[in-house]
Amino acid sequence: MKISFRLNEKMIEIETAPDRRVIDLLREDLGITGTKEGCGSGECGACTVLIDGVSKLSCLMLAAQLEGRSITTIEGLVQDGKLHPVQKAFVSHGAVQCGFCSPGMVMSAVDLLQRNPLPGRQEIRRAVSGNLCRCTGYQKIIDAIQSAAKELD
Amino acid sequence: MKNVFLPNSIEEFRQIWSAVPDAVLMAGGTDLLVSLREGKTKVKNIISLERISELRHIDCSGGEILIGSLVTHQQILDAPIIAEALPVLRQAASLLGSPAVRHMGTIGGNICTASPAADLLPALYLLDARLELHTERTKRTVPITDFIIGPRQTSLSEGEFLYRIRVPIPVPNTRAYYFKVGQRKALAITIASMAALLRLDTDMTVLEGRFSWGSVGPTVLRFPETEKILQNQKLSEPLLKEIGEKSARLTEPISDIQASADYRRMLVSNFPLRLLQAEKYTGSNGKK
Ligand SMILES: Cc1cc2nc3c(=O)[nH]c(=O)nc-3n(C[C@H](O)[C@H](O)[C@H](O)COP(=O)(O)OP(=O)(O)OC[C@H]3O[C@@H](n4cnc5c(N)ncnc54)[C@H](O)[C@@H]3O)c2cc1C
Ligand code: FES
Ligand code: FES
Repeated sequence: MKISFRLNEKMIEIETAPDRRVIDLLREDLGITGTKEGCGSGECGACTVLIDGVSKLSCLMLAAQLEGRSITTIEGLVQDGKLHPVQKAFVSHGAVQCGFCSPGMVMSAVDLLQRNPLPGRQEIRRAVSGNLCRCTGYQKIIDAIQSAAKELD
Repeated sequence: MKNVFLPNSIEEFRQIWSAVPDAVLMAGGTDLLVSLREGKTKVKNIISLERISELRHIDCSGGEILIGSLVTHQQILDAPIIAEALPVLRQAASLLGSPAVRHMGTIGGNICTASPAADLLPALYLLDARLELHTERTKRTVPITDFIIGPRQTSLSEGEFLYRIRVPIPVPNTRAYYFKVGQRKALAITIASMAALLRLDTDMTVLEGRFSWGSVGPTVLRFPETEKILQNQKLSEPLLKEIGEKSARLTEPISDIQASADYRRMLVSNFPLRLLQAEKYTGSNGKK
């Protein structure tokens, strides 16, 4: 089946099985490996992407669902070679250790800041409650999102 | 390989479904795709309903809120009419899954999965929700209690789908609550839950009290006889304790990987006492 959609602002067309999971389409067919797969069942958030600007789990989406949509992965947040303010804040606050959770965390944070430009710490915690991190203990991630919010505001 | 169909309208959906009657329906896919991956369900054709905008509306008409089956949990959280008329449903949606799961998962999927632990169900039982079920030729409306007949079992017949949910708006000044206990705050399967609705006179006399219990039986449970104990009584700790204890005896919880049956019963007998605390925190207007 041929599907066409916007991937990180570029229109693309690709031949794929309609029931291919979006995470596999991204990582294996398109070689866009920023998006990670942890659990494959919705529990860890590592595979979070934005579909038409809204955070969704690419392990629980089928390729056919992308037809005509716009998908943003962690790679697409970089503009003119510059990191997105949320990415920058993750770096400057040491919110990254092994980095496996970071792409999903950042996408969840971007979704949050679109809805709620100045969230409190509790709101930030809720926003990343579906993203598991085995390294950082979360505090620095929350610090980073809070500081990115201030910068974006 | 499975075929995936994405009809844009009900008409298109009907045509596709009559051409591939063995197809399974997909809403948000958060239950279906997990079970397909576990190999529990084998299918050749999937029809995704996500592009049928008619199924995504929330309307208000004739004293009822009409919720399309494809309305997502996030839409429930964002709709002012739900916050105003059905705060208990909003409360339940806010405790379901994670943000991304709420962006994808739908009310219709939550109902049709028919898990006794599903978070929207206690609220929908409490509010006496009715379901509009359509086939190509027929339409029927059934109380949710008749639709869910066992754990993960519904009375959906062949070629039938959930079109929308009709929820009567409770009279003004009713207070509603949803409490859930899980292993952690987010992404946690419900171990036990209680939804409650109270209509009180100014002197705290109970005019009406309803309770529904999640994850302590094959389906969500309500005990109308026990609810009657409250009527015309002053709201008090002993009264709520009695409701909890009587209800706990009527529940049929199981022991599983989440918790033991005894623990679940204990939660049921203590849940109603939380209403008093909630009362203190929310003052007299009862808004949550
Ligand atoms: C990580 C994770 C966490 C979760 N946490 C919770 C939680 O805290 N609480 C909770 O209650 N649930 C939870 N769930 C379960 C699930 O997200 C919800 O039950 C959700 O509401 C299901 O909706 P859906 O649209 O994704 O359903 P789908 O998976 O699309 O469908 C579920 C079933 O319903 C059928 N169906 C769907 N729509 C219709 C229709 N209109 N007519 C007929 N049949 C239909 C499908 O054929 C399928 O059998 C969780 C799931 C995941 C993956
Ligand atoms: S890989 Fe998708 S949520 Fe874990
Ligand atoms: S940094 Fe390693 S999992 Fe989060």
